[in-house]
Amino acid sequence: MAAHSRGHPAMRERGFSPAGRPILFVSLHFLFLFTAAAASAAAPEEEKFTEELLLRPLPDRKALAHFHFRSSAPPAASVGRHHHLFPKAISQLVKKYHISELELSFTQGRWNYEQWGGFEPMSTNNAKPPGVELWAVFDLPLSEIDATWKNLTHTLSGLFCASINFLESSTAFSSPRWGFKLNEGNLRYGALPREAVCTENLTPWLKLLPCRDKSGIAALLYRPSIYKGYYHSQKLKLRSSQSLGIILDQTLTVVLQPNSVSGEQLHSNHGQLQPNWSMRHLFNRKLSGKCLVSKSSRVFIEVDKGIVDKVNKSGSDLSWSNEFFVLSNSPDKLIKGQNHLIQSSSLYVYDASNYSDEKPLDVGITWKLPLIWTCTPSPFHASRFLMGSGNERGSIALSFMSTNLHKQISGNPTDCSIKAVIFQVVPWYVKVYYHSLEIFIDGSRKTVSEVVDKIHVIPSEDKLLPGTLEMLLRFPCSMQSGTLTLDFDKGFLHIDEYPPDANQGFDIPSALVSFPEFSSARSYPEIDPVLESPLLENFQENSVVKSYTEVLLVPLTTPDFSMPYNVITFTCTVLALYFGSLLNALRRRIGEEERELKKTATRRGLIPQLLAKLRGQKVDPTESGSSSESSGSKKLLFKVVFVAVAAVLFHYFSNNS
Amino acid sequence: MKSLAKQETQPKPRLIVRLGAFLASHHILFSVICCFAGIIALLLLPSLAKNTYLSENALIPGSANPLFSTEDAIEANRFMKGIEAAARDSRGVIGMANFIAQQIEALGAEVCYHKFLPHSKNFHPLKFFTSMTNDIAIQPNGTTTNFGMNTVGIVRAPRGDGKEAIVLVTPYNSQRVQSNELLSLALGFSVFSLLSRAAWLSKDVVWLSADSQFGEYAAVSAWLNQYHNPVFLSHSVGLHTKMYGANHLYDANSEKTEVTAFKRAGTMAAALIFKVGETRRFSDRDSVMIYAEASNGQMPNLDLLNVVHYLAVHRQGFRVNIAAFSSLLSSAWLRVIAEILHTLGSVLRKINPDWKLDIAVPDYVEGTANLANSMYNQALGVPTGSHGAFRDYQVDAVSLEFSPTFHVKNENAKSLFLLRGGRLIEGVARSVNNLLEKFHQSFFLYFLTAPSKFISVGVYMIPFALLLAPLPIVAAALADGSRSMEKTVDKLTDDSKADDFADILQSKGGSWKWLRAAKVLLVIQLWAVLVSLLPYYITQIPDATPMQSALIWAVLSIVVLISLSVLFGSPYSAGVEWKLLKATMITSISIGLGLMSIINFATAQLGALIVIPMCLFSRPLKASEMNFLPRAVLLASNIAFAVLGFPPAALLIMKGVSKGSWSWTIDIGDFWVWMEFLWEWSSATYLYLFLVHLPCWLLCILVLLHPCRQSESKMKQE
Repeated sequence: MAAHSRGHPAMRERGFSPAGRPILFVSLHFLFLFTAAAASAAAPEEEKFTEELLLRPLPDRKALAHFHFRSSAPPAASVGRHHHLFPKAISQLVKKYHISELELSFTQGRWNYEQWGGFEPMSTNNAKPPGVELWAVFDLPLSEIDATWKNLTHTLSGLFCASINFLESSTAFSSPRWGFKLNEGNLRYGALPREAVCTENLTPWLKLLPCRDKSGIAALLYRPSIYKGYYHSQKLKLRSSQSLGIILDQTLTVVLQPNSVSGEQLHSNHGQLQPNWSMRHLFNRKLSGKCLVSKSSRVFIEVDKGIVDKVNKSGSDLSWSNEFFVLSNSPDKLIKGQNHLIQSSSLYVYDASNYSDEKPLDVGITWKLPLIWTCTPSPFHASRFLMGSGNERGSIALSFMSTNLHKQISGNPTDCSIKAVIFQVVPWYVKVYYHSLEIFIDGSRKTVSEVVDKIHVIPSEDKLLPGTLEMLLRFPCSMQSGTLTLDFDKGFLHIDEYPPDANQGFDIPSALVSFPEFSSARSYPEIDPVLESPLLENFQENSVVKSYTEVLLVPLTTPDFSMPYNVITFTCTVLALYFGSLLNALRRRIGEEERELKKTATRRGLIPQLLAKLRGQKVDPTESGSSSESSGSKKLLFKVVFVAVAAVLFHYFSNNS
Repeated sequence: MKSLAKQETQPKPRLIVRLGAFLASHHILFSVICCFAGIIALLLLPSLAKNTYLSENALIPGSANPLFSTEDAIEANRFMKGIEAAARDSRGVIGMANFIAQQIEALGAEVCYHKFLPHSKNFHPLKFFTSMTNDIAIQPNGTTTNFGMNTVGIVRAPRGDGKEAIVLVTPYNSQRVQSNELLSLALGFSVFSLLSRAAWLSKDVVWLSADSQFGEYAAVSAWLNQYHNPVFLSHSVGLHTKMYGANHLYDANSEKTEVTAFKRAGTMAAALIFKVGETRRFSDRDSVMIYAEASNGQMPNLDLLNVVHYLAVHRQGFRVNIAAFSSLLSSAWLRVIAEILHTLGSVLRKINPDWKLDIAVPDYVEGTANLANSMYNQALGVPTGSHGAFRDYQVDAVSLEFSPTFHVKNENAKSLFLLRGGRLIEGVARSVNNLLEKFHQSFFLYFLTAPSKFISVGVYMIPFALLLAPLPIVAAALADGSRSMEKTVDKLTDDSKADDFADILQSKGGSWKWLRAAKVLLVIQLWAVLVSLLPYYITQIPDATPMQSALIWAVLSIVVLISLSVLFGSPYSAGVEWKLLKATMITSISIGLGLMSIINFATAQLGALIVIPMCLFSRPLKASEMNFLPRAVLLASNIAFAVLGFPPAALLIMKGVSKGSWSWTIDIGDFWVWMEFLWEWSSATYLYLFLVHLPCWLLCILVLLHPCRQSESKMKQE
């Protein structure tokens, strides 16, 4: 082990300057391989890093690229605080917050469940809602979890340059019990649908890789091309336990529009031919070798079940060069996958260690015949939308459209049922009335007890808790369309609780719909156990079919944000008037005033006397009110008009001069 | 001496009270000044209009180079040829919709159909209070019922989160296909195809090609209703599938069944309705007409209009128009007013260079014509196009009608027009796409005097406020006057024996006399409510001509009036003084106008112009306190206002004015048709006419015919 631990820093240096002395490089390489093989045979206490890339043509003329990096560290006791490959920041995080599982995803764009598939490991594991989604399972007493979660969000926020710290507030996260993932109350879930995702989040993510993006598969991550795609989801998944140590899975899933060879995008009337693409078209890079410290470095090209079926039907062999398509390089291996013992997609495997700078890998696909196929959908296509308009109330509707998958799988749709679990978090200012749950199946209203097997609601509390809904439904197999509606009232926020750009509206995070009876797991019966691919291991994991719904935008009443100023001035005026008159009333002494009045009645003020003299009237103290007032006011009016005219004339002449 | 002593002991009243008393004592002068000032302020409005400006910085219209190229114009031409062929091949609804759907599919965008039935004419005058109503479609009476079919294409923004959407609407009539409608469809498609390839989209784009065989508004509002308030219950679904045979609709093209499922994008940010109108050969430039008025005087945010105007004028070189009263453009009296205001304005400008009231005469005339149309359309409360349907769901929308100047066969000119039109629409979509927040920065309450000139709420409120200001003063003066007269009469009859206590009691009893007037008012209001609800029952009569319905309505309302007066006693028999009656009327009208100004300002403003002089002038014909000449003038004006104020008569006159020709064809049926129009569109103006205007008019008539016996008899007693 000593040699091994000494070997690594050297390896790293070499790794960063691969153009160094080749002989030493090769020898070190062999040394490393030898030690690695020896270590894996002898003991599991070894840090490992694997890198893999999966490419897949999609039915709608796009291409999917899925990068998968796994770093694992042995249980803490054996290594202490030092790491060779494993990112120290992550291990510290895991130790400090006692995390047993954590998943953080940054996503831009929406996964198209209809076109890109909804019944496969890729969509169930890597299709994520837009924005940031974070969940973690803690290995802590329940009372400490909330505080730890808050600290964790701040740490991650700093680590990934994102505003994950907004998940700190108790209004932002929830603790689902079974709707999201079965747990004992030690799971916390939060989502920020509005978080913008960009390179500033990718850079810290890349820093966790031992080779960063300098060599190996990560070197393909040419920013302009991966951010130009239709879907971009970067994910970090941690698992840690006493026996396993820490396993860190970093995945990046992008859906790209391959530029066709002529460089221009296909116009509408250019037919349905799939574009030919290769790595260089997708990423503007070629793969020149592996990251030297990685244990394995592979590129997979996956062809969908639809293509496999068509190729098989045509009678030809599913080789890398058949009558439908040709791969640009001959693969090292072909793996056929199975799902429920039905042949599903096939994988062509390339080992990146066979390629180098001189001989880079630029694997691609060239179509010979136009091919139309579809991906296997999930049993129901779930979508969510808002109903109603106005600033007062509305409804959330979740609709399920059958994709008739059960017919393909089970054959006879008589008298069976499909389970679906809905997990939905609603912010507190959208006050959902859970009793108003209405269920319509194929156009007829059903009672809740007919369809809902199990329901768990945590109602929202104003400014404290979001509402959480977990629901287990049982739909009849024959159902073509089903809809759930929930009414809500829109709440009012305090003026300083509005986020910036409040007039955009407020987001309701995606709901998660999962179908627990359907597993997207693949099995690879021909797989070589020595292959040891974490990517395929993930594909083999038993995971239920899931799909996220759309994010909803609820327009809430927003105040005129310049209003505080108006309110302040208005309130001050009212207060001034109120206190003025109050003080006036308190200060006034009636008796004295009457005496004063009498005095003034006999002795008129100086100005009225003067005015009276000007008018040439006799000062008559007993003159009664109304008649003189009216005549006097007429004169007063006349004087006012006179003064105004004089002023205007003065202004006019002064301007002219 | 006693009164003098009393006055001495009474403290001097507060300033505000004195001011009020002063105004009340001069109420005639005050009301005349206010009314004239109000009318002058109204006439000044066109010269007070400000230039529009963009409030929202995020819009940045025209900052990006338009991507709409000649290739897209070629694409539009190709589409047009295709749809022409499709329209020729199948005369039904389905052919064209199918073609559009195929084209959308080929772009890689999502597509769905929306089928709808026309709505029956319902009497729902109160609908504007409740925005969320499900209209009841006409029940199909057989299998041959026609249905409309909208085709909806949705482009999902590449990296967008799908929370917001921009809606583009092109209406076309699937039953009678016209070449200009095909051109607008082609324009819509080419823009949509461009947007489906745009990498910069952040909001989804929805293109609705609305089947306007039942009217544009019906198609768009049916779609919006389905979008916002869908019905999940089976009878509607079953009906639809049964009627349309939705299954065989699309299966020729592909195996997809989702086409029939209604598809949605997120919350709508803004909507743009555009169509190509009739070719106008006499104009030198292609022009765009902007329509913005939605129901009940609601307008889209001014920023949306600004963006359209800016891009159309400064980028694409269109001439932008808004609707105007063309009869005003050539009227001589308006020109005279314009001349007067111009000279006045130039004098004022010499006094203060900052007062820019001297606008050129043609500008003033045009501004007034536009303003009058803008006010009229807002006051009517009926949307001027399908954008009104969007406003009902708080979505800002505006309609553009292109008027090209070329012949349809001229391919070159057509391509150029498509290029410019496409760039305009692309630019607007791009600006809206830039928005982070929904439209909120600029004005929602405004009148337009030109496409780039507006009058904001702060300015146009002034004439209304001036008109409304004398009402409380006059009411107070009248009530006070009647009381004081009462008091003096009582005092004189009591032979000055009454002491203070009795005097107070007396005056108190007198001050409660208004209750009788209020009772009359309430009875008349009750009558007005009944009259306004009568059409609900009259519309149930099958096969009634408008003339018959109107006559039934008139007869029934007179019957109701007579029976009410029998039930509660005639207004004169109770001995209500006309001054009190007038005071209560004025109070009620000021409340009514105030409320209406909140619901629909323009209605209140235009209504005030008629109602307020009518109220203020009203005076019994028999009252004899004046000389001959002023009395004759008053009588004449009273009768004139009474005629003008009667809604059917007012309608007749307005029709004459708007036609320009003074051909008086009296048709009571017209009135019924007009009212039907108002309540069909759930305009608040209907409620205003019947709950505020009509009772006021009747009270005025009551005042006019007041016998004036009591005061005379009392005088005689004296």
